[in-house]
Amino acid sequence: MNTYLEFEKPIEELDNKVHELKSLNDNAPSDNLLEEITQVEDKINETYKKIYSSISPWQRTLIARHPQRPKTREYIQNLIEDFFPLSGDRFFSEDKAILGGFGKFRGKTVLVIGHEKGHDTTSRIEHNFGMPRPEGYRKAQRLMKLAEEFDIPVISFVDTPGAYPGVGAEQRGQSEAIAKTTECCLSLGVPIVAIIIGEGGSGGAVAIGTGNTVLMLENSIYSVISPEGCSSILWKDNTKTVEAASALKLTAEDMLKIDVIDKIVKEPIGGAHRNPHRIIESVGDEIEKYLNLLSNQHGNDLKHARQERYLQIGRSGLFSDKTSAANTVLDEKFGKSGSKKRFFKGLLSRSILGVIAGLLFVGLLVYLFI
Amino acid sequence: MNWLTRTISKVFPRKKKSLDIAENAWIKCSQCQTMLYSSDLEKTLFVCPNCDEHLQIHPRIRFKNLFDGGVFEEIKYPSGFTDPLNFKALKTYKERFNDARQKTDMDDCFLIGYGQINNINVTIAAQNFHFMGGSVGASAAEAMIKAAEHSVTNHTPLIVFTCSGGARMDENQHSLQSLPKTTIACQMVKDAKLPYIVINTNPTSGGVSASFGSLGSITLAEPNALICFAGPRVISNTVGETLPDGFQRSEYLLEHGFIDQVVHRKELKDKLSQIISLLLKRVA
Repeated sequence: MNTYLEFEKPIEELDNKVHELKSLNDNAPSDNLLEEITQVEDKINETYKKIYSSISPWQRTLIARHPQRPKTREYIQNLIEDFFPLSGDRFFSEDKAILGGFGKFRGKTVLVIGHEKGHDTTSRIEHNFGMPRPEGYRKAQRLMKLAEEFDIPVISFVDTPGAYPGVGAEQRGQSEAIAKTTECCLSLGVPIVAIIIGEGGSGGAVAIGTGNTVLMLENSIYSVISPEGCSSILWKDNTKTVEAASALKLTAEDMLKIDVIDKIVKEPIGGAHRNPHRIIESVGDEIEKYLNLLSNQHGNDLKHARQERYLQIGRSGLFSDKTSAANTVLDEKFGKSGSKKRFFKGLLSRSILGVIAGLLFVGLLVYLFI
Repeated sequence: MNWLTRTISKVFPRKKKSLDIAENAWIKCSQCQTMLYSSDLEKTLFVCPNCDEHLQIHPRIRFKNLFDGGVFEEIKYPSGFTDPLNFKALKTYKERFNDARQKTDMDDCFLIGYGQINNINVTIAAQNFHFMGGSVGASAAEAMIKAAEHSVTNHTPLIVFTCSGGARMDENQHSLQSLPKTTIACQMVKDAKLPYIVINTNPTSGGVSASFGSLGSITLAEPNALICFAGPRVISNTVGETLPDGFQRSEYLLEHGFIDQVVHRKELKDKLSQIISLLLKRVA
């Protein structure tokens, strides 16, 4: 059974019609029926195009959370051969909200980690709806360090509403676990490619979503807080989710504009849940491309590039000149010079601007008095 | 700032508003509800003389009491106002931000000071909860980076007082990405083999406790401070679990192994210089 979101309702009718026609055709095949099926299918595509051409951020949020949207498990099943799952944080327990293991991705050994939400009631409870406890994050750290030890690149699938807000999770140091996992991502000497496949929920997502390359599916969301949470805190009203989703600018397109992500992976018409195999293949292709780009780089360079990538986010507007924001301490450490040169260059351009402004001012005075 | 704006600001100096506390002469203790006179509170370092509750303190007052002779150099950080989302809920982000600036006389929620405590040079960054709940956005993240850079260049330990509700929603990603950004700041200090000391004060939650707040080489806390990832209200509302006594308070975290020591505000200065002297093998 397919699940249809509120705005997908027109599709449901058409889908039912195709279904009916197909069963009729199965019983008594005829060219007329086949033609009709193609017509209805064309109409479905058209309707989808219409719906998706004016989709709101809140609707995207709903698609990102769609129960039939492919989850980490499906990506692993379809993209990874020889998968060898690994469990446990070696301190307390196994947390199934984060899956992890080694396997072969298009011929090369990789480590895969990722949030898993589950696909039905039983598995959703088993995976805690993709909300990790500290153990999940500590397992991720353990696996990433293991990958580094064996010089194996990391693929990370991000799909979580956020870290689990529970008494036990807090007791066992949820914040510490998230902070240390982010730190682990940032200091790793092997390539990390992260893909936001559904929901990128706050710190719980960043912890394993901090990579050299961050990709995002077209209808995924990435946000510091859920639209529901934002609405109840800033609007003091639980129902302003549509407004909150728009205000938060949480779509892939918005993320690309501010360089939080590197590329949007296009979804098939009707969203990833409409054609899971197609989206899984496209994601595979993108991962392969980016892993190849990163594979020749030295560990220290990967680390430096990753840190530099994150340092630059959010700097436009805070610094008058983007390049002068380059990190002196990091540059010194990694043996890059030139920040001083840039400083003097900046100074020069500023004094030139000053001179021009001064000349204009004098010109204005002369013009006024003559 | 170019020469033009510099001249203008010299000719027409901006009137600096005095600290908020001076205007609100009376402050109510959040714990025992006693009305306290603010000038009395300054003498007790904003610790309630009645119930010993550690009230939130303006970083400038904290620094005056922490640094030897109350002398410190204020380190500026990139703090222009950026509003990437053009955010507006009930009030615009700009309004809220400007209100906070006026109220606190700070550029953003961080104040960075450089000076000596018991004759040891240190860089200290402290957050002000009264600046939009101490929330961290792009410029606050830059403050952490600036503080770390200052500490590395001057070879001083970095001490950070956290006091924050977490992320600044109004900036969404610029705020969320401050988790990795501030984590890099901590790494810079650690890589330079300098002590990175965190003091969690009331409250330290969300994105701050999930990044630089939890990464201290040494982690101290002021008594009875709320330190958590998800706040108690979030937990009881979303999961419906009953909360144990003293849950998420400093003493509770000490018991569960996430804090090295709970330290009274009046003892902080000596404790800090003690641990730094030990780590840096200084002869006292």
